[in-house]
Amino acid sequence: MAINDLITGLLLLASLPFFLAGTLGLLRFPDLFCRLHALTKADNLGLGLVVTGLMFQADSWHQVARLLLTWLLVLVAGATVAHLIARKALEDGQRPWSRR
Amino acid sequence: MTELFLAFDLLLLISLIGLAWLLLASADLFKAVVLFIAFGLLLALAWTRLGAPDVALAEAAIGAGITGTLLLVGLGRLGSKEKCRPGRPPTTTMQRFSAPLLIGLITPSIGMILLLELQQLQRATPGQQEAVISLLDSSGTEHPVTAVLLNFRAYDTLLEMGVLLLALVAIWSLDQARPLFRQDPVSPVLQGLTRLYLPILILVSGALLWQGGQAPGGAFQAGALLSAGIILAAISGRSLPLRGQGLPLRVLLAGGFLFFLLVAAGTLLREGIPLQYPRELAGTLILIIEIIATASIAALLAAAIAGGHPGEVLESPDRPASGPGRNP
Repeated sequence: MAINDLITGLLLLASLPFFLAGTLGLLRFPDLFCRLHALTKADNLGLGLVVTGLMFQADSWHQVARLLLTWLLVLVAGATVAHLIARKALEDGQRPWSRR
Repeated sequence: MTELFLAFDLLLLISLIGLAWLLLASADLFKAVVLFIAFGLLLALAWTRLGAPDVALAEAAIGAGITGTLLLVGLGRLGSKEKCRPGRPPTTTMQRFSAPLLIGLITPSIGMILLLELQQLQRATPGQQEAVISLLDSSGTEHPVTAVLLNFRAYDTLLEMGVLLLALVAIWSLDQARPLFRQDPVSPVLQGLTRLYLPILILVSGALLWQGGQAPGGAFQAGALLSAGIILAAISGRSLPLRGQGLPLRVLLAGGFLFFLLVAAGTLLREGIPLQYPRELAGTLILIIEIIATASIAALLAAAIAGGHPGEVLESPDRPASGPGRNP
């Protein structure tokens, strides 16, 4: 197997625990804010690893740049959407979960 | 390797059917809409597996993105009582037994028919590919999908634009558009995002439109991206200037369909067959039609999400103008 296929495979496998952690956080965390936190962190890093893995399959620097741009745009959009959801939840009166 | 693809396809199929079932069965409408958006994305994946990247792009942009936004906006306008599906009345004995009976009869029979048909089906038929590729040089473009959409079957694309316009007319006749956002002040994070994204969206939409001649892309996908940019601008507080809401807006909305119709009329007069492009003008005509169609589609989709006709522009000076769609 070529070296770039190997690296792609490893990076894709490395992204799996991040997506798993994000989904687990979405399902099990007690509060909207905790869930947002888990989602954006885990999925952005998971997507970053997927994109890095795919970069090794690209045919040209042009495609590498496009992949990078995709990841950066998703990062920015994800962070903004999380902020907006949390803001609306705070306005509606939800309070963050505390251990008491 | 093919076993892995087969496993992936089976997983995709099961997820699609499972998602469809879940979203139809859920009582909470918001959950149903979110599942619908996820379903659209998985469907785009299915199109990619079938080797149709143009359709996958259109499905992801319009099917999942724009339709999902439409549903969410519509959901936001419902009263709180209407947000859940109404409860079911208690079932009668006939209902209790007829459903399992029908399903028990219909599902195995359809399953058997499908299996018998699938056995006779070829793996992958070339379809019309050879015919399209042999005529590609005279079509005015290098991408077979664009050639089919805008030259060989241009009639269908003309009617699609007409359908979009008709849908907007129906939406406009129902209600007046309401502002898409109610925040005051708008979140600075959202404004920063819009300032970053709007130029990128315009650029990428133009790139998609241009590369439709050689690679997956085209007017509908570019128009959907552009309409997403317009909606983003509307959400973060920008609005269409009052002067642009009368005739110029209507010209933009109807422009794509009307120009296409004009081309059809012109070719009918000149060649005797509508939409029979003269050979040396085919490429130029396709490009101009696509550009005007992109602008029109973007305006149509964004106006559909605005949800109604713009308010009356002429108001007496002591009464404020009733909020047109994209005006706060």
